[in-house]
Amino acid sequence: MTAAPPSPQLQGAAPSLARLHEWVVTVDHKRLGIMYIVTGLLFFMIGGFEAAMMRWQLAWPGMDVVMPDEFNRLFTMHGTTMVFLVGMPILLGSANYLVPLMIGTRDMAFPRLNAFGFWLFFFGGLLLYFSYFGAQGLYGMGSAPDVGWFAYAPLTERTFSRGHSTDYWILGLLVSGFGSIATGINLVATILCMRCKGMSMMKMPLFVWIMLIDAILVVLAMPPLAASQIMLLFDRSLGSHFFDPQNGGSAVLWQNLFWFFGHPEVYILILPAFAFVSEIIPVFSRKVLFGYPLMVAATVSIGFISLGVWVHHMFAVGLSPAVNTAFMASTMLIAVPTGIKMFNWIATMFGGQIRLHTPMLFSIGFLSQFLFGGLTGIMLAVVPFDWQVSDSYFVVGHFHYVLFGGLVFTIFAAIYYWFPKVSGRMLSETLGKWHFWLLFIGFNLTFAPMHVSGMLGMPRRIYTYQLERGWEFWNLLSSIGVLFQALAIAFFVWNIIRSLRKGKPAGDDPWDAWTLEWTTTSPPPPWNYDIDPEVRSRRPLWDEKHPEDPDWKYE
Amino acid sequence: MSTLQSNALPDLAPVNNLPKGKLGVSLMIVSEIFFFGTIIAVYLFYIGKDLNGPYPQDVMDPPFSAATWKPLAVSFNSIFLLTSSIWIVLAVRALRAGAMARFAVCWGMTILFGAIFLMGTGTEWYGLIVNDGLWMDTNLFGSCFYTLVGFHAFHVAAGLTLMTIVLVLTMCGYMDKRQAGKVDLLSWYWHFVDVVWIVVFTIVYIIGYYG
Amino acid sequence: MWIVLTTSVITTTASAAPICAPGMMPTAGVPSMFDPRSAPAEMILDITWLVTAICAVIFIIMQGLIIWAIIRYRAKHADGDGSEPPQVYGSNPVELAWTVIPLLIVFVLFLVSARGIFEIDKQEPPAGALEVTVVGHRWWWEFDYGAQGFTTANELHVPLTKDGESQAVFLTLESADVIHSFWVPQLAGKKDVVPGRTNHLWLQPLEIGHYVGQCAEYCGAQHANMLINVFVHTEADFNRWVANQQRAASQNNDAAKGRDLFLSTACINCHTIRGTVANGTFAPDLTHLMSRATIGSGIVPNTPDNLRNWVWDPQTIKPGCDMPSMKLTKDETDLICTYLETLQ
Repeated sequence: MTAAPPSPQLQGAAPSLARLHEWVVTVDHKRLGIMYIVTGLLFFMIGGFEAAMMRWQLAWPGMDVVMPDEFNRLFTMHGTTMVFLVGMPILLGSANYLVPLMIGTRDMAFPRLNAFGFWLFFFGGLLLYFSYFGAQGLYGMGSAPDVGWFAYAPLTERTFSRGHSTDYWILGLLVSGFGSIATGINLVATILCMRCKGMSMMKMPLFVWIMLIDAILVVLAMPPLAASQIMLLFDRSLGSHFFDPQNGGSAVLWQNLFWFFGHPEVYILILPAFAFVSEIIPVFSRKVLFGYPLMVAATVSIGFISLGVWVHHMFAVGLSPAVNTAFMASTMLIAVPTGIKMFNWIATMFGGQIRLHTPMLFSIGFLSQFLFGGLTGIMLAVVPFDWQVSDSYFVVGHFHYVLFGGLVFTIFAAIYYWFPKVSGRMLSETLGKWHFWLLFIGFNLTFAPMHVSGMLGMPRRIYTYQLERGWEFWNLLSSIGVLFQALAIAFFVWNIIRSLRKGKPAGDDPWDAWTLEWTTTSPPPPWNYDIDPEVRSRRPLWDEKHPEDPDWKYE
Repeated sequence: MSTLQSNALPDLAPVNNLPKGKLGVSLMIVSEIFFFGTIIAVYLFYIGKDLNGPYPQDVMDPPFSAATWKPLAVSFNSIFLLTSSIWIVLAVRALRAGAMARFAVCWGMTILFGAIFLMGTGTEWYGLIVNDGLWMDTNLFGSCFYTLVGFHAFHVAAGLTLMTIVLVLTMCGYMDKRQAGKVDLLSWYWHFVDVVWIVVFTIVYIIGYYG
Repeated sequence: MWIVLTTSVITTTASAAPICAPGMMPTAGVPSMFDPRSAPAEMILDITWLVTAICAVIFIIMQGLIIWAIIRYRAKHADGDGSEPPQVYGSNPVELAWTVIPLLIVFVLFLVSARGIFEIDKQEPPAGALEVTVVGHRWWWEFDYGAQGFTTANELHVPLTKDGESQAVFLTLESADVIHSFWVPQLAGKKDVVPGRTNHLWLQPLEIGHYVGQCAEYCGAQHANMLINVFVHTEADFNRWVANQQRAASQNNDAAKGRDLFLSTACINCHTIRGTVANGTFAPDLTHLMSRATIGSGIVPNTPDNLRNWVWDPQTIKPGCDMPSMKLTKDETDLICTYLETLQ
């Protein structure tokens, strides 16, 4: 595994500088993947800090931990950070690292575009956070954006959003969004153009199928967001009237445009969670994934239907009953392929020999928590119920169950599973279990009570609340949960640091797994495979290990 | 199943990998379709909803009327843009055949025709802004018109820039028939820009005029 | 049901006695959607029970399967001999079943809910309904009783009955600036208040009482403090309240100096006091300020101290609100408050 020799200009430069230079100019999908994930995890800490401040402020009525406008910036930055600067990069980064390895090829289709995409994300994120310093407008107002992560108009128009905070929201996301589109194109091209010999579409790991659909959604959904943001920018800087009701513009148009992007976006976020557990659950149940063809069909259906449900974020806007009913139908419909996936994962576990290592613990946490979040999602699809709890803490509880209890738990599962491959060392199982149980307790303690306070009338995005409403008990529980979560993350960070230095050497295949990435070294050489792989089934390593009973007889 | 059959490895399944350059550019074009589609949807939504003038019929001539054929007026312009697509097809063919001189001429004509289109757009905008008092902040028509036509013009300009780079490389002798595939992909982008113009013209100058 | 129990166990503190309370009104409880006091809220709750039951059953079954799988199929030490369990690649009948059954469940749920949408979302006022126009401002609520000829702020008063029959209330929702949302959970689902758009919301109160809610769409700095207070009265009490609101502002000579001061300052540019030159519409109508139990859109009780602090510097109570400190002296503040306190 010799690294490429340093470039001639750096001969004689300090080794650390030479190494830094290598990382900055790299086009290697593995390095870019690591950079995406590490940057995403750093933003996760920042977003988590923002959440912790909010929970402190809301622990009891009438607290003044933060000023009202500071709180409004916190929830805006927390949401924007978690969706765009944590979710997207970690998922695109994981796909970046794993997809070429899983399809048996050397790198992504367009390595330089890959690097371009990463740096756009990186600088877009910095631009967004620069708003804390740079957004002072003419009147000395403006700091970080405070319009909510979905930035409804006309609150975002110049009249109501003074200074440049909203402009930073727009520009930071335009820049990083452009990078996401580039990486989306790269992933689709890689998957459709560079598979190794024998890997027809129905012989790809399900992870790759899911990332394919995910990348297609990125390519389709992010351009409408860019167009909408540009129109908003024109409203704010050139005086146009796209979302300006006082001059004929439509506030509801912004909502339609944003959610046309926004709903596929949340599926873009959750599909990779499905991808992770579709690899991890079979390995730790010692069984092949149950019903691969139906899983592919379900994934494609989810991708397709997700483009047609967006109005379920707008049930309370006062649209006609016919429109509300139509979108209720599509929203309920998407529950079916999602449910199918749950059944298939559970069926994979049945009859297996389940090994409760940390990746599996996090995956099981995902199953339970995503189940709960998915079911509250079905409840929210029922329009009359949504009329009560839309824009309340019930919704906050719902989406944290699917995105935190779902996605983030699977991200941790994936880190514990693939860290040995990436670094060559195992993470500590003991620290991993502390991490899992503390996070499981803290997560549920924080987000379960939100369903209650929502149903008791507590709306979202309020910096304080009245004692008489009866919400304080549930809020206090939520705030206490943060302490467990913070401790869990501390264990995680310590695990990473410690294991990088003195973790047990992993070897090529520490988990006895079956996909191509486990056939090469840990970490893989820059060219991934010494010999181009040839596959005859979805689990090429299973075929090698079980020549008397290979998969290709049954697929 | 005989023992022989069960131990023999099956043939490798056909993989059917697609060509990555063509797929990559196609995906980029798809993303652009969704980008323009959003702006077009907003344009269609706001037709007839202006609170004040100038209205489309005040500042535009009926489509294909005599006035629109004057040099640098909109129909005249459109012909030049559409014709540039023919020039680029000829250019790519020339490059595939290795006829570098013919390639350079046709490629240069593509750029020229595209530049004429942009000059026409600029002239039209000058008239609208200075004579008709229409800008982005005037009304919804102004906001939508300049955004849609402007983004199209921006994509034309970007295409012209890329094509000029190719022309310069050709003049300096770096281009040959081996680059025909990549140049062809650039021509796909140019054709896309053309098709977008047909849609924009229909929506802005025909539907928007009468709607 | 445990939510309802918890709700009833939680004590509610009564707000300080207002200067002119509208009759003997029970204090508001927790604004729980499980404690409906109006027909649309009841209809929503009925549908809620059904969907919750379905989802609870699904949850119990699926969670049970997950837990069962972990317990029953956990690897035992003996499995370390390298043998793998039987590999099951799929099962067409099983997969068909768990495609079709969820489709059927979803279909039933859809039918029930669709009916609910059309029944609850009224586009036209029911016959004989009380019609009130609600205008959302940053960060207070304006209530226009057009048919009765007056405008008030921050408190919505409605009767339980009219001529002995249950009376519906049909709200027309408009916004003066950004998107807000009108949500009083015990009375109805929410409806957004959107600039450039007119929405409607139907209430049909079932019990007299005081019900609370608040703005449910983020609208800027003081979104958290845009509270709604709804009072459902007996018919007689309501008529009394209406008659009082219809009067022009009282002309109490004890407060003449204060009144003159008020009418000569910029207060009149934002506020209306009917019967005087003050006719601003940017801020709450103050004609019957003292008939309201709270100020600042519900966030503090309408007591002399609070009123004084508000007039002197509203930013101390509601930082970021659009009313600036008028830089009055202590004496000027006293005079103004003396006048305001006569506006019963």
